[in-house]
Amino acid sequence: MTALQRLFKFNGGVKPAYNKEASTGLPIAVAPTPTLLVIPLHQSIGGPPRPLVKAGERVLKGQRIGDADGNVSSAVHASTSGTVVAVEMRLMPHTSGLSAMCVVIEPDGRNEWIPRQPFDFRSASPAASRDFLRDAGVVGLGGAVFPSHLKLNAGKQGKLDVLVLNGAECEPFITCDDVLMRERPEEIIKGAVIMREMLSAGEVLIGIEDNKPAAIAAMEIAARAANRVAGANVYKVGSVPTRYPAGGAKQLIRVLTGIEVPHGERSTDYGVQCFNVGTAYAIHEAIELGQPLISRIVTVAGNVGQARNYEVLFGTPMKDLVALCAPLPDSDRLIMGGPMMGFRMPGDDVPVVKATNCVLVGSTALFPPPPPEMPCIRCGECAKACPADLQPFEMYWFSRAKIFGKAQEYNLFDCIECGCCAYVCPSRIPLVDYYRFAKSEIWAREVEKEAADVARDRYEFRLLREEREKQEKAAKLAAKTAAGREKAAAALAEAAKPAATPEEDAKKALIAAALERARTEKARVHPENTADLTPEQQAEVTAIEARRAEIREMAKPHLRPDD
Amino acid sequence: MLEALLVMALGAVVLGAALGYAAVRFRVEGDPLVEKIDAILPQTQCGQCGFPGCKPYATAIAKGEAEINQCPPGGEEGIHKLADLLGREFKPLSAEHGIEKPKSVAVIDEQACIGCTLCIQACPVDAIVGAAKQMHTIVAKQCTGCELCLPPCPVDCISMQPIGESVESWKWKYPVFKINPTQREAA
Amino acid sequence: MNNSPYFLQPASVQSVMLRVLLALLPGIAVYAWFFGGAVLVQIVLASITALAAEAAMLKARGKPLMMFLGDGSALVTAWLIALTFPPIAPWWLTVIGVLAAIVIAKHLYGGLGQNPFNPAMVAFALMIVAYPSLMSQWSAAGFTDFAPQWNAIFGTRQLDALTMATPLDALRTALHTPEARATVAGVLGNDASFGNIGGKGWEWVAAGYFIGGLYLLQQRIITWHMPAAFLATLFVITGGFALYDPGRFAGPGFHLFTGGAMLGAFFIVTDPVSGCTTPRGKLIFAAGIALLTWIIRTFGAYPDGIAFAVLLMNIAAPLIDMYTQPPVFGHKGKKGGSA
Repeated sequence: MTALQRLFKFNGGVKPAYNKEASTGLPIAVAPTPTLLVIPLHQSIGGPPRPLVKAGERVLKGQRIGDADGNVSSAVHASTSGTVVAVEMRLMPHTSGLSAMCVVIEPDGRNEWIPRQPFDFRSASPAASRDFLRDAGVVGLGGAVFPSHLKLNAGKQGKLDVLVLNGAECEPFITCDDVLMRERPEEIIKGAVIMREMLSAGEVLIGIEDNKPAAIAAMEIAARAANRVAGANVYKVGSVPTRYPAGGAKQLIRVLTGIEVPHGERSTDYGVQCFNVGTAYAIHEAIELGQPLISRIVTVAGNVGQARNYEVLFGTPMKDLVALCAPLPDSDRLIMGGPMMGFRMPGDDVPVVKATNCVLVGSTALFPPPPPEMPCIRCGECAKACPADLQPFEMYWFSRAKIFGKAQEYNLFDCIECGCCAYVCPSRIPLVDYYRFAKSEIWAREVEKEAADVARDRYEFRLLREEREKQEKAAKLAAKTAAGREKAAAALAEAAKPAATPEEDAKKALIAAALERARTEKARVHPENTADLTPEQQAEVTAIEARRAEIREMAKPHLRPDD
Repeated sequence: MLEALLVMALGAVVLGAALGYAAVRFRVEGDPLVEKIDAILPQTQCGQCGFPGCKPYATAIAKGEAEINQCPPGGEEGIHKLADLLGREFKPLSAEHGIEKPKSVAVIDEQACIGCTLCIQACPVDAIVGAAKQMHTIVAKQCTGCELCLPPCPVDCISMQPIGESVESWKWKYPVFKINPTQREAA
Repeated sequence: MNNSPYFLQPASVQSVMLRVLLALLPGIAVYAWFFGGAVLVQIVLASITALAAEAAMLKARGKPLMMFLGDGSALVTAWLIALTFPPIAPWWLTVIGVLAAIVIAKHLYGGLGQNPFNPAMVAFALMIVAYPSLMSQWSAAGFTDFAPQWNAIFGTRQLDALTMATPLDALRTALHTPEARATVAGVLGNDASFGNIGGKGWEWVAAGYFIGGLYLLQQRIITWHMPAAFLATLFVITGGFALYDPGRFAGPGFHLFTGGAMLGAFFIVTDPVSGCTTPRGKLIFAAGIALLTWIIRTFGAYPDGIAFAVLLMNIAAPLIDMYTQPPVFGHKGKKGGSA
C-alpha cells in the first residue's frame, strides 16, 4: 500500500488548458554543450555568491566558481570543464532586462570532472551536511530557488511529522518533473531517504496531480521498494486532483495533510516540510555521487515543432536550447516558467539557470494580447478563484490607488502570484501586475526606511560622541592648565637649586637613545608592496607623490591648525 | 420647569464627571509630534532645509517655525506625508532649498585623495573611514547621499554617483492602462 | 507586452451582462402575458434612453465609446427600471428615471464599477418620491388590450378602466387607514391556490423571475448567498408576524410572491457593484434588505420598500465588507483581514 487515502481540499483554483502531452512523448534528451556558457553568480534566494575565478583560469566540471555569501546563499559551479573567458555583467534571465555578474566559460569539450567524493551524511553532523549541500549549490528546483540546506533543518521540535515531495506540477505546458518521475523514480526516492533522515521525518508523502498516471505508477513502484527497505509504510504517493495551483507548496501541504501554513511562518513549525521532486534528485546526486548542481531538466514547449524535455547545463543560452525544438517562425518571445506564472525574457540569449523549469516559446497566436481592460465590477470571481482565500479586487483597488498600507491589511503578501484571479477576471484586469507593483514598492520603502533608521542612529551616535569628546577635551585642558601652573612653580623652585645631578643626566641619555632607536626602526620599515617596483611603477609612484605634494601645498590654507 | 433644569444640570454634572474621570484614567502618552515628523524625514542629515539635521528640522516643523516643503531628499512624497500627518496643505518643494535628485552615494577618487580628514569631519553619519594622511573611503552602504563632504574637500576628489538599478532592487512598473482615455483619470 | 498569466478564461463583462438580460426573459414573457404589451414598450423605451444617455456620458467623459456601450450594463439598468416602474407609466417618467440612473447614479459617481448605489433603485426611489401617484398606477391583470396602454404611455391618459392598485398597495391602504377594520384575508381573499397568493398574475411573474434566477445561479454569475438570505429572512419575518396576528400581517406566501421580491432577490440585491462581496457580508446585506423591505412595506408610506431598502444597505456595504473579511489561507481561527 503506497497510495494515500485521505486528501483535503484547498479553496479556489482554476482549470486552464494543460497542454502537457506535447512534451511527454519523447524521453529526456541531453542538450549539447554550447560554445559558450554564461553562468550567473546569483541564481538563488539570498546573498549573491562571491566569484572564485578570474578570466583566463581553467576550470573543471563541477568546480566551484562562486562561493556562498554567508549561510543564506548558495554556491555556483562550472557546468563543464573549460576556460573562463570573462567575469562580467551579462543580461540576466529576468523581466527587468538588467545585467548581473556572470562567469563566462568557453567549454573545452572534455567534460573533465573534479574529483567526486560522496558525502557520508550519516556520520557527519547535521550542520556539516547542510554546509555540504550549500557548497554543492543545491536549491529548490520548483522555481523558487530557495537554498535547500536552509530548509533541511527540523525546526523547534527537532523532528518532522511529514516530508512532502512536490510532484504536482500544476502549471500548463511544464512536464520536467513528470518525466523525471517517470524516468528516474529510484533516484528521487534516494534523495527523499536522505532528506527524511536529515529531518527525522515520519512519513514521506509524494503529491502528484492525477493527470500524470505514468509518473504516479513509476513513483509507486519506487516507493514500495523503499518501504521494503525501511520495513514500514512510510513512503506514500498521493494522487492529487488536477486543479491549478495544486503544486503551490502551501496548497499541496494542505491537500496532503490538511495543515495550513500561514504566510511568513516556517512549515517546519507545523511539523511539515515540502521539497520539489527535482530537488530530491539533486540532493541524491550531491550526497551520494558527489556531484554539485550543474544541470537540470528543462521543458521546452509552446510554439515549437517538437516540444521535449532536456537535461541542460546551467549557463546554456536559451536560444541554443530552443533551436533543438524547431521553433515556429511566428515565435515572438521566450517565457521562463509556465503561462500562468512565467516571466518574459528580455532576449533569447539569456542563460538557463537553476530556476528555469521551462522555456516556453510564445507567439501572438498562442498567447494573444489581452482584450482591453474594463473597470472592476466587483463580481467576486477573483475571490472565488483565489487559492489563498484573499479578496483580490480589494487588493487591486488599493494597489492601483497606491494605498499600500491598506493593500497590506488585505494580506497582499499572502498572495502567491499564481494568476488565478487575472485568469478568471471578466474585466480582463492584469491583477497580478498590480500586486507585483505594490509588493516591490513596499519592499523598496522598507529598505529605505531601514536605511533611514540606520542613518538616524549613526547621526545620533555621532552627536553623542562629539559631545563626549568636547567634554573630554575640556577636562584635559583644565588638567593641563593646572599641571602647567604646577610645573611653572616647580621650575621656579628648580632654578633656585644647584645644577643637574648625574642621575638625571643618565636618564636623559636613555631617552635620547630610545628616540634614536625608534627613528632607525621607522626608517627600516617600508611599505612592503613598494619594495620591488618595476621602473614604470616607480615612475608612477613618483608622479603621484609629486602631485600629492603639490596638492598639499595648494590645500594648506584650508587645513585647520592641529590642536 | 425647575425639574427640567435640575435634570439637565444633574446630567451635565454626571457626564462631566465621567468625562473628566475618563480623561485622567485613560490618558494616552501621545507619541510626541517631533518623533513622528522625524520618522518621515529621510535622515540624510544634509542640512539643505536650513537646519543642522533632520531632528532639528522636525522640531522646527512641530513648532510651526518651518515649512514642510524644505526637504529635497524627501521629495514630493515626503511633503505629501508631512501634509497628511500635520493636516497642512501640500506645497511643491521650495526651490531655494534645492531640487529632488536621484538617490546617490559619494565616491572618493582614491588616486587624488590626500588624506586631509576634512570629509570625515563633515560626514554626519560617520560613513567615511580613513586617518590623517591616509587615503579615505566611503562605506557606500551607510552613505546617505547628503553631499556634505563635497564642499570641504580641498582637491575635489569626491563625486556623487547615482545608485543604479540592479536585478535585486528593480521594481515592477505601475501597470500600463491599455485604454488611453481612462489613464487621465487614473493619474 | 503583457505579463503572466498569458492565458485568460474567455469571460467578459459583456457576456455576464448579456446572460443577466437572458435570465430576465422568462419573467418578462409572463409579465406581458398577464399585463399586456405595455411592459415591452417600456423596455424598448428604457433601452433606447439608456444607450443614448450612456453614449453621451461616455463621450463627455472621454471614454472609448464602443467598448463601454457594448458592455450591456446600461441595458441591464434600463430593463430593471422598466420592470420596476408601472407598465403604463407615461413615457417621460421612464425617460427621466433612466436618465437619473445612468447620468447621476452611474456616471457622476465614476461610471461602470464605481457607483455606490444601485442605479435602477435610485431611479425608482427618485420617481416614487417625485411622482407618487403616477408610480402607483399599475395596469390591472388580465387587461391586455394594447391600444389603451399605448395611449396611457404616449397619449391621453384615461386610466379608470386600466388601473388597479397593486395587492401591496391595496393591503397597506386597507390595513392602515385608521377607521378601516379590514383584515388580510378580507383584502386578499382566502384563495390559497397558486395564482392568487401574491395577487392575480403577480406570482406567475415572480415564478418567471425565479426561473431566471436559477439560470444565473447555474451560470455562476450570482452566488446563492444573497437570494437565499433575502428570501429566507423575508420568509421568517413575515411568517413570524403572520402567526402572531394573521389578521394584521400578511404571510410569507404573499410577501415572497408579490411586488418586486423575486425580481429583487435575484436581479437587484445581487448587483455586485453596489453590494457586499464577502460571503458573510452578502448574507448580512441581503438579510438587511429583506428586513427593511418588510418594514417599509408594512409600516411605510410607499407601496414597495425594496428600492429604499437596497439604497440603505448600499451605504452600509463597504462597512459590512470590511468587518466580514473571510479568513485568509493559514490564518483561520485567527482574526483575518482588516478591522
